[in-house]
Amino acid sequence: MRAVISVIGKDMTGILAKVSTECANANANVIEVSQTILQEMFAMVMLVDIDKLNQELTDFADHMERTGKAMGMVIHVMHEDIFQAMHRI
Amino acid sequence: MMNVNEILETIRMIDEDYLDVRTITMGISLLDCCDSDIDTSCEKIYHKITTKAKDLVKVGESIEKEYGIPIINKRISVTPIAMLVAASGGDPLKYAHTLERCAKTVGVNFIGGFTALVQKGFSAGDRELIAAIPQALAQTEHVCASVNIGSTKAGINMDAVKMLGITMLTCAEITADRDCIGAAKLVVFCNAPEDNPFMAGAFHGVGEADCVINVGVSGPGVVRAALAKADKTLPMHEIAEIIKRTAFKITRMGQLVGSVASERLNVPFGIVDLSLAPTPAIGDSVAYILEEMGLENCGGYGTTACLAMLNDAVKKGGVMASNRVGGLSGAFIPVSEDAGMIEAARSGHLTLTKLEAMTAVCSVGLDMVVLPGDTSAETLSGIIADEAAIGMVNSKTTAVRAIVAIGKKAGEELNFGGLLGSGPIMDISQSSCKVMIDRGGQIPAPLQSLKN
Repeated sequence: MRAVISVIGKDMTGILAKVSTECANANANVIEVSQTILQEMFAMVMLVDIDKLNQELTDFADHMERTGKAMGMVIHVMHEDIFQAMHRI
Repeated sequence: MMNVNEILETIRMIDEDYLDVRTITMGISLLDCCDSDIDTSCEKIYHKITTKAKDLVKVGESIEKEYGIPIINKRISVTPIAMLVAASGGDPLKYAHTLERCAKTVGVNFIGGFTALVQKGFSAGDRELIAAIPQALAQTEHVCASVNIGSTKAGINMDAVKMLGITMLTCAEITADRDCIGAAKLVVFCNAPEDNPFMAGAFHGVGEADCVINVGVSGPGVVRAALAKADKTLPMHEIAEIIKRTAFKITRMGQLVGSVASERLNVPFGIVDLSLAPTPAIGDSVAYILEEMGLENCGGYGTTACLAMLNDAVKKGGVMASNRVGGLSGAFIPVSEDAGMIEAARSGHLTLTKLEAMTAVCSVGLDMVVLPGDTSAETLSGIIADEAAIGMVNSKTTAVRAIVAIGKKAGEELNFGGLLGSGPIMDISQSSCKVMIDRGGQIPAPLQSLKN
């Protein structure tokens, strides 16, 4: 299973490092990272493997959301299937 | 890796445009709970519902978290209770209290099915159930009632129409101290669908499986946002294309949520209801979609045409996105639950007569309409009959959920709070239809040919 982590907010140093560290702590393997500047907002999307996650996906999602808030960013962790369903036939 | 823009589009839909799954509704058949003793019957119901639905809320919440998509309501619909009253006799209020107890135990937002189907006549239990509706809705918080009084195949039961006018008024009267909330939980249908997941009209039809999961999607905000980006000179068929594409995406999400819920609860997947269900949140409004299509105000000329196209495009887009479509499927136009409708009604651009015309092309009918306190039961019956006639002749579902604002007059407002929102009291015609309503009887089913 894979999940998509999206990070949206004002650009600053250390975002990727912080988010990657949290992923490593949760044993979520980062497969791909993509980032873009969208209307002066920083947007990063990470695809992570969650098969070996050391906690429930719901707990990880909560934790990342809190981590985001602390950094002044909005972080969502969402199961990959939602994007597949919506954008792929 | 997926397209970043697609991912961001989905997130924007959820974060900014109020995309959500409006409801996961578990339909539960109570036919095997029938018993000649009402207390035994109630016990069987309690046991069945609390067993089948024990994980409904938990599963809903975990899907919400894992997929990052808000699921606003978790609900239950049951077999029309009038059928159980037919077998058991006794006071139908006992069933209402049992359903309320079930709702509290499993933690759902609403439980629908305090229902009677009387389109062609009353059978045992029907009159008793209808008579008990006002008290049932006043004494419970989560129970919703509905009555089907007409259909294209059966015509309209005018005795029931008369009865329901009185019932609707009583519902408001005995909850006058709570903004007449009782009447907001009663829907009077023509051509009621048996698999509708939306309240207050949800019930679990007798042709349905023992237990199913139905999903109602939403997303007026997403459609509005998509149309807001469109050029003002774009022709209408291009606008319809945008709506279709957006409805497709919304429905795919509902389909996913429904299939995951069905798998986790080990209950067959029923249907996805392709609906645009507004909320009072600014931006999550069907009226704003119509205005985005080029109307100065919802309710002005062109509104019915825009709504007809919207309703149709939502279905066309959604139908390919789901392998099981059903329920009400279309655009809802509940006045008090839609910021744009509230505004249009307040400013006088949206009148009850225009709203009635709009119901001929929308998915439901006169929904969450607040009427002056001096509205008579006969007038309510007349409104119900008119609405039912539109549904009967056009082979579609229509309904009336009208709240008489006891002690208030046109221009004032009722405030229900939450998803039910607040409604400005709409002015009505003072012309009486008492003689017609007092006739009772049956309006015969309409001819299905020579259609003009």
